[in-house]
Parts: sequence; C-alpha cells; structure tokens
Amino acid sequence: MARAAVRGRLNDPGGGSPRPPRLAWQTATVDSVADETPKVRTLSLSVPDWAGHQAGQHLDVRLTAEDGYRAERSYSIASAPGEPVAITVERLDDGEVSPYLTEELRPGDEIELRGPIGGYFVWDPVGADARAPLLLLAGGSGVVPLRAMLRHRARVGSSVPVRMLYSARSLAEVIYRAELAQPADGVEVIYTLTREQPPGWTGYARRADQAMIAGVAWPVAREPLAYVCGPTNFVEGVAADLVALGYPPLKVKTERFGATGTP
Amino acid sequence: MSPISRGFHRRHEADEPPGRVPPGQYVTSDFPVLSAGPTPHTRLGDWTFSIEGGRSPASWSWTEFQALPAETITVDIHCVTRWSKLDTTWKGVSLDTLLAAVSYDAPYVLAFCDGGYTTNLPVADLTGGKAWVAYSYDGGPLQAEHGGPARLLVPHLYFWKSAKWVRGLRLRDVDEPGFWEMYGYHMYGDPWREQRYAGD
Repeated sequence: MARAAVRGRLNDPGGGSPRPPRLAWQTATVDSVADETPKVRTLSLSVPDWAGHQAGQHLDVRLTAEDGYRAERSYSIASAPGEPVAITVERLDDGEVSPYLTEELRPGDEIELRGPIGGYFVWDPVGADARAPLLLLAGGSGVVPLRAMLRHRARVGSSVPVRMLYSARSLAEVIYRAELAQPADGVEVIYTLTREQPPGWTGYARRADQAMIAGVAWPVAREPLAYVCGPTNFVEGVAADLVALGYPPLKVKTERFGATGTP
Repeated sequence: MSPISRGFHRRHEADEPPGRVPPGQYVTSDFPVLSAGPTPHTRLGDWTFSIEGGRSPASWSWTEFQALPAETITVDIHCVTRWSKLDTTWKGVSLDTLLAAVSYDAPYVLAFCDGGYTTNLPVADLTGGKAWVAYSYDGGPLQAEHGGPARLLVPHLYFWKSAKWVRGLRLRDVDEPGFWEMYGYHMYGDPWREQRYAGD
C-alpha cells in the first residue's frame, strides 16, 4: 500500500510520530514501449521493489547523463494498481527529459524512479466514495491518471457508472484510442475534438464550455465525484463550470499538467 | 550507482549563476498553476485575515489590511513540482507586522485558506523579514488562480507553503501537518535540502 496514501487516509496528526522512511530512488527496467500517438509513448516498467500505488498517483523519474548531469520529472502512473508500473509520456519538442523517454529509451534500458506520490487525486473503489458516479474530465495528456482509474474500475469489478469527457485537438491525438473505443459496461466516453474533426464527425468540436459540461455531467443529486486533469486553462474552466452547476468544490479534484514552457 | 542514460544530455545551458537554483529544479518564465480543486472566489467585502490561538487574537478586513504598511519584494520561488521562477515581484504585508499585533508564544502555525487548504509552518520561518501576505503580483492585483485576493509568500520554502487564498493563521503548540503534508509531502519543505516528500 502506498505510504503517502496511508498517511492521508489515517489523517496522521504527525506531531511526535516517528520520522517516516524516505521514498527511495530505485532502478526500473523498461519492459516494453508502445506508441499511443505520434508524440505520446507508454513505457511499461519492471520495478522490483514497487510498494503498490493508487489510481491517480504519480511518480518521479530521474535521468543521469554520462557527464553526471541529472534531471528529474514527475509523470502520472498510467497503469492500475496491481498492474506493472507504466507511464505515458508526451514529447515536448523543446523538452529535455520527454524527448529522451519517447525517442531514445529502449526495452532493457534502466532509469531511476521513486513513488508513488500524491494521495489526494486518487480514486478508491472501496473508500467513502465507492458508490459515487464518476465524472472524468480529461484535457490532452491529462487522460493518463484517469485511464488508470478506468483500468482499476475494470479490475476490481466496480459497477460505478462513469462518464468521461476527453478533449483532444484531433482524433489522431487521442491517447489510448483503441482501449477507450471499447469501454467497459457502465462507462461512457465522450469526445470533443477542438481543432480538427474527421469527415462525418457528429461529436463535440469545440473547447469545453459550460454548456458542454452541463450536458455531460452527472446531476448533482446523484452525488457524483469529479476528477479533472489537463492543462491549466482546461482545468480552471471545467472546475469552475462544475461549481457553477452545484458540484461541491471538495467533490471536484483537479490535477494540472504544466506546459511550463521550458521543461 | 545510478544507471547512466546513454544519449541523454543537458539540453538547456543554465543562464543563472551557480547556486541560484536549488537542486532538482529548472527555471521557467511561465507561472504554472497548481491546486487540488476549483479556484475559490471570495468577495473582498467578506474577506478577513485572522490570527487565532494567541492570547490576543487579531482580524483585519480587506480595507483594514490594505491600510497596513506594505512592502514590495523581489524573490525567487521554487515549486515542489520542479519549476523555479526567478525575480518575481510582489507587494504585501510582512508577517512581522501582522504577528506584532498579537501576543503569543506558540512555535508553529497552521495557515488556513478558502477552499479548505491548510499548510503548517514554524513561526520562526514567518518572522525576521522572511514572509508576507501578498495581494499584488508583478504590479497588478493577484489573480485568483494564483491565490488572489491574497496568498502567503514564504519564498525560502517550497511554494506549496505559500498558501493560496489565505485567510489566516492558527497558532499551534505542536507542528500539525496541513493538506499536502498529510498526503506525503514534507513537513518543512526546504528546497535547498530537497525536502519534497515525507522522509526526505
């Protein structure tokens, strides 16, 4: 069980409790790579001492160059608890770490990582919110931790109804396209393609807005739980739309992907 | 021994002088946003800043707060998610000024905010010209997504300690974890010692 998650759940008062163990760096081996889109690749990793994770958590990756230079980045975990650890990485053209992870890394290569990290943006199918209908709102590569939640739901046999709105620039940029095209019973995936739509497209074709969110969201009376992940503009807008619909702010959990300019 | 990633190398030569950026951080010119939930919007007429738990509690309305002596400060900020932003300019009220208004001997505070966010800090890290309640960024009002109308500014610690939407401090005899600290982040958060997560 994830250390961070346990601390969160127990509401550990902290004062006087023993110093927690350090989240140690460990060496992971790349088992396989799979291209999701021309710019996005999933890395499946073998991590011998992985302590397990919750759906929605992330991990830190550390690369060391031959001259000793090091860089660290955080990535959402793409796999469900109990599955081999996987991350899905979008290549940022002026990035330092993501081009290496998506273009250079080969099966059998080793990288360092530590985790899992973060205990708030997680979905727990046996916790207090086990029966709440899920509303998953993804912008671009923000779909990654939400995909871990979908896989977790399927693995544990949860029948919680799920609606997912996935905003992507085009169909070609939809990550996990084949997997999402065959959703489990009770899961509905709705797309909006903001820049380019294939011929005959009948779905949404604009940036997420209040009318779209109102059309997709579960009624407040069903006491749903919302997870919003994507770039800042997407998350700010969608979270505000949900609050305007009457969603309690504490039932809207957000995570942002920093397109920070010079990662 | 860390495995060497063949073919991996530094892509961006550091422009800043050595020692300016803490270990594991990179410099960005953007101002990324990080928060756990929707951005709260509090009307200034309803806003107060309070210091609770001392022998003489204190509270200021927005108007009263604006009348307090303000300082303009230029500092570097460091987010635990690894971005650092250099030479950011803020205007706000020093915590020295605010804490001088109350009588207390507690060694810790829990900062509390709109939206339910909290974070814990030693009082010693708030006094001596090291911390402010800032209501202006880069010459303009502090935007809500960056913590406006007012946020804590404690630039020598990771930026989650600079709590957004801050509404006050509770003086504490013991150091109790705040929001992120309960989810595995470090109790103190010194970027120069890379205290990102519990146990670091």
